[in-house]
Amino acid sequence: MNAEVKIMRTAAETQFSDVLGALPALGATRDLRVRALSDFIAKGLPHRRVEEWKYTDLRALIREMPVLAKGADKAAIAEAKKSSLLAKIGAREITFVNGAFVAELSDLTAQEKGLSISMLADALKKDASVAPLLEKINPNKYDAVFALNTAALDAGIVIDVAPGAQITKPIHIRHIVTGTAPVSVFGRVLVKVGKKAQATIVQSHAGPDAVAYLTNTILQLSLGDDAELDIVRVQAEGDKAIHLSMMIGAIGEQSRFRSFALTTGAAVSRHTVPFAYAGKDARALLAGATLLRGRQHADVTLEVDHALPGGESRELFKTVLDDETRGVFQGFIIVRPDAQKTDGRMMSAALLLGEAAEMDNKPELEIFADDVQCAHGATTGALDDDLLFYLRARGIPKKEAESLLIQSFFGEAIETIENANIRNAVMIRASRWLEQRNLK
Amino acid sequence: MALLEVKDLHARVEEKEILRGLNLTINPGEVHAIMGPNGSGKSTLSYVLAGKDDYEVTAGSATLEGEDLLSLEPDERAAKGLFLAFQYPIEIPGVASMTFLRTAVNSVRKKRGEEELSTPDFLRLVREKAKELSINQDMLKRPVNVGFSGGEKKRNEILQMAMLEPKMCVLDETDSGLDIDALKIVADGVNRLRAKSRGFLVITQYQRLLDHIVPDVVHVMAKGRIVRTGGPELAHELEAKGYAGYENAA
Repeated sequence: MNAEVKIMRTAAETQFSDVLGALPALGATRDLRVRALSDFIAKGLPHRRVEEWKYTDLRALIREMPVLAKGADKAAIAEAKKSSLLAKIGAREITFVNGAFVAELSDLTAQEKGLSISMLADALKKDASVAPLLEKINPNKYDAVFALNTAALDAGIVIDVAPGAQITKPIHIRHIVTGTAPVSVFGRVLVKVGKKAQATIVQSHAGPDAVAYLTNTILQLSLGDDAELDIVRVQAEGDKAIHLSMMIGAIGEQSRFRSFALTTGAAVSRHTVPFAYAGKDARALLAGATLLRGRQHADVTLEVDHALPGGESRELFKTVLDDETRGVFQGFIIVRPDAQKTDGRMMSAALLLGEAAEMDNKPELEIFADDVQCAHGATTGALDDDLLFYLRARGIPKKEAESLLIQSFFGEAIETIENANIRNAVMIRASRWLEQRNLK
Repeated sequence: MALLEVKDLHARVEEKEILRGLNLTINPGEVHAIMGPNGSGKSTLSYVLAGKDDYEVTAGSATLEGEDLLSLEPDERAAKGLFLAFQYPIEIPGVASMTFLRTAVNSVRKKRGEEELSTPDFLRLVREKAKELSINQDMLKRPVNVGFSGGEKKRNEILQMAMLEPKMCVLDETDSGLDIDALKIVADGVNRLRAKSRGFLVITQYQRLLDHIVPDVVHVMAKGRIVRTGGPELAHELEAKGYAGYENAA
């Protein structure tokens, strides 16, 4: 007798498959989307028995797929106009509202020499080198967030910095969700920085509180030889949102890359960073600060791949957990046999403020080269009573003393942001989190 | 009225009784020294006065200008005018010394009903006080006490004391870990703060600090109580004879 193995699909998985399968098949990305969808249909959402998703069980956390957002109407645009997240950093803003590009909230005029910002669909038609950028780093590795995002591929933007161009004005890509009804929003941003070119890109996410919307955004970047790129990400989604995101990077020879991610929003968030050293002697800094309250769940997962010699990587992540929050940090670093002289240092520190808060720290180093320097550290602790007493003995009230210590804790990560305007703006956002904590 | 009045104070740490009926009265303008062997409860007294957690007062009272200290939070005691110079000043990574000082000064001023200092006024004041204590500006740019030498940490304590303008200063073994030069700078700093309205309680094991900060009254503490009180000459006697006779005096 043959028993047929039947895989049980959750309601959400069926909805994703049906909704994304019914989208019109468009030219250039048609095959990619069809493949991604069939991948998803075969493998579905990850659950706790999938190692990389052990602490963030999407099958349990996503009960249903909110309806696909229908873009931005007048009311949505009017609401989005009120968003002032990182408004004062002197950046060129590019705005997506409910997944759709909004020209009137974006500035594409007077682009600097060597900078080209175009819609994904146009870029795919014009430039054959764009399509391969949409692929993942490791084609054999299934990732549900990537599969869903690709199956939904529609609006997107391509930022292309020509070789040698120095784009000093930061480019701020804003993803704003509006309204009171839950929606699903997808987005894709491609960044290509040519040889010896330089750019700074900010990506922010905002949306309404009390609405259980879902966002899935992928930033893919490719950094040429001797190029330099700074990425700053601020995730300030509404408090009931599910936020799924990836930053996928490949960096060239002798390039310099820095990234920072501030996470304060969403009920559930997962940020995955597959990151490859595609040239030798490249340097990368991956940093972040995650500030959680209530019952938020935030997961940062790094997959750093050193395949070539001389690479340097620094990872610094700070997580502050109040109330009943849960933080996850997974730092997976592989140093392949050819990646001699790799210098890697990873640190994840968590500060537990709430008695029922939980942090799961999982650094994982796999080293196949013999001449490398790699270190990692993970700490989890409460505020130090002796430090608090010292501050209070100097007249500083308890809440303020706590704030000073918490700020110094996450400040170390924020300090890594190179651009002073952006650094200050991020610090102000983070301080606001502290002020709200003190109002409790 | 007495500035600091401690009556029959009993306190324990983790079930262990350390202070056992301590009495002490300090009037405005007076400098008192408490000397005594290790384990006699000197540091416990300073922590109990400053309000550290884990120190449980089981009986007795402590008042500052007639007001109950023991029911106040540590920061409220500081605002009322109590200052503890720590034996082991704490390092606070990530908090710049200037930010710390400014937050402390303005917190205290706010609670005292005074106006917060403007940035220029604050900076002027810090520069002046820091100079008197040979504290250079680079030190103030660093995080609080991080990477400071023993002497720098103690000078930093006195700087905080000068900035906060307390009424009652408790110095817990401020001489420990200091070489002669640093000891002199610290003592000069303290002496500059001596005033008619201000009281000092200098806790030390050695007489040498008291050569520089000359006390009006010297107490000997043993097993959680004051067992003898005298003038400055008592410090010299202790230096010569040691604490041997006091070990069992309580």
